[in-house]
Amino acid sequence: MLKTSDPAELQLIAKQTRRLIIEMITAAKSGHPGGSLSAVEILVTLYNDVLRHDPANPRWPDRDRFILSKGHACPVLYAVMAQCGYTPVEELKNLRKLGSIYQGHPDVRFIPALEASTGSLGQGLSLGIGMALAARLNQSPSRTYVVLGDGEIQEGQIWEAAMFGAYHHVDNVVAIVDYNKIQLDGFVKDILDLEPLVDKWKSFGWHVIDVDGHSIPALQKAFAEASATKGKPTAIIAQTIKGKGVSFMENNPKYHGVAPTADECTKALQELA
Amino acid sequence: MTAATAAMRDAFGTALLELGATCPDLVVLDADVATSTRTSAFGKKYPERFFNVGVAEANMTDIAAGFATCGLRPVVSTFGLFLSLKCADQIRNIIAYNNLPVVLAGNYAGFSDSYDGASHQAILDISILRAMPNMAVIVPGDAVELRQALEFALKRNGPTYLRICRNPTPVLFDDAPPFEFGRVRKLRDGSDLTIAVSGVPTFMAIEAARRLAARGVSVDLLEVSTLKPVDAQALVESASKTGRVLTVEEHTIVGGAGGAIAEAISSRCRAVIDRLGIEDCFGESGDYVLLLEKYGISSLNIERRADALLERTRP
Repeated sequence: MLKTSDPAELQLIAKQTRRLIIEMITAAKSGHPGGSLSAVEILVTLYNDVLRHDPANPRWPDRDRFILSKGHACPVLYAVMAQCGYTPVEELKNLRKLGSIYQGHPDVRFIPALEASTGSLGQGLSLGIGMALAARLNQSPSRTYVVLGDGEIQEGQIWEAAMFGAYHHVDNVVAIVDYNKIQLDGFVKDILDLEPLVDKWKSFGWHVIDVDGHSIPALQKAFAEASATKGKPTAIIAQTIKGKGVSFMENNPKYHGVAPTADECTKALQELA
Repeated sequence: MTAATAAMRDAFGTALLELGATCPDLVVLDADVATSTRTSAFGKKYPERFFNVGVAEANMTDIAAGFATCGLRPVVSTFGLFLSLKCADQIRNIIAYNNLPVVLAGNYAGFSDSYDGASHQAILDISILRAMPNMAVIVPGDAVELRQALEFALKRNGPTYLRICRNPTPVLFDDAPPFEFGRVRKLRDGSDLTIAVSGVPTFMAIEAARRLAARGVSVDLLEVSTLKPVDAQALVESASKTGRVLTVEEHTIVGGAGGAIAEAISSRCRAVIDRLGIEDCFGESGDYVLLLEKYGISSLNIERRADALLERTRP
């Protein structure tokens, strides 16, 4: 596993991650490219720089925890974990196929190194707060990172968890909102607007960092600031672009949940060369 | 019946308080009904291991799941109605799917939240929980069994739903052999008819069987506290012998104990089966015992239904 804090090296991993995402979803003929591509820098920065984890010892009790609450974006998680050495890269093309470890949503029965199976939206922040509180009770240095979708936080349970996290001063949990502005049926602002999103999290008692979710140095700085913030949990509002990196997918609601065709795949890989 | 009575919820609260001393990993969560469910005593003694999450059951359930992934032993406590309905997604998609050792304590179950009316009466919780893979479902017959089942559930390597009655009910198993997970409890040996009873109505079935016996009807009486996994072998043995099975429960007859028992028997032997429980309807406010009676859960009705079943030809 390449652990590095060098943004240039992380950027290379990010580009390769995008290529893997495009290839695996094309092969699967179904899946969620848009929200996978928007979260690439977030996951690469976490897995290759920030997280304290060990692919050779995935159950290390004091490891940091990562939860992909927006489980449909699992192609990005699979690509990142595979490149870290948790799972085979060459099997990524079997995404969503019968018997594949790369299920349509993250499934711990197939990949034991996952912290939890997820998929039904709205639950990851509660789960992560449970893990963070357990670390507190167990006097473990473990921190928990939860990636939420922007459409996902329309779920009421997210705000139950937000209230709870602040009230109980759970400062070892970080919520990252992949704010790509698009959900399945269209633009978030046209379905159920989240604004003012930064103010919402602030008013719930969280330390909020508004950041360019495709800037690796900005994300590194945000994660460091989150770690240094005591007494309250941190929400990172990652301003992202749905479909980032592939011109015809960017900001296009169509690619929330539609796989690229073979031609589109070729074109996308040329752009990501 | 003049036996001593005890409320399962009180036994639950006392048990948690005592287990707090011996089980350092025990964590209790409640959703603003801790006074009612009796978890508040644990909360007072072990504030660092008690979380009253407020009126936010879904959040509570997934926080417990997070605890369980880190080696703690969480007990999630609220009314069975809310646990089985408001948290169905959290229980199914996180706790059961991830096979996490969480104890789901469904309090005020059946009609026992009697005066609050239909919105609060958990009469479909068993059907819902039973349909989830990895889930164990235990419906104790008295406060003694509840305590033993809780201790078992806290050691089980997977999720367990524990059904808890609010009100005092007769103590039946004080001097009996301890609860055995997945095994029925044989309360009477007979040959004419099987009565398979689950939960609070157990004391009623004991009384009905006694009266039937006095009239010369020999009842094979089984208490079925583990509804998942159900003790198919013992049930089939009894059904094969008597050919007639009456199931009794404080729950809708759609998918509850009657459903579980009928499923176990019907694929393995031939018997006529009648399911006594709440018909497919909502409850209402009223005194607990009067409510049970009104909806057909009484020793007299068990006796009546047993008589009717005896009229039917064995297959």
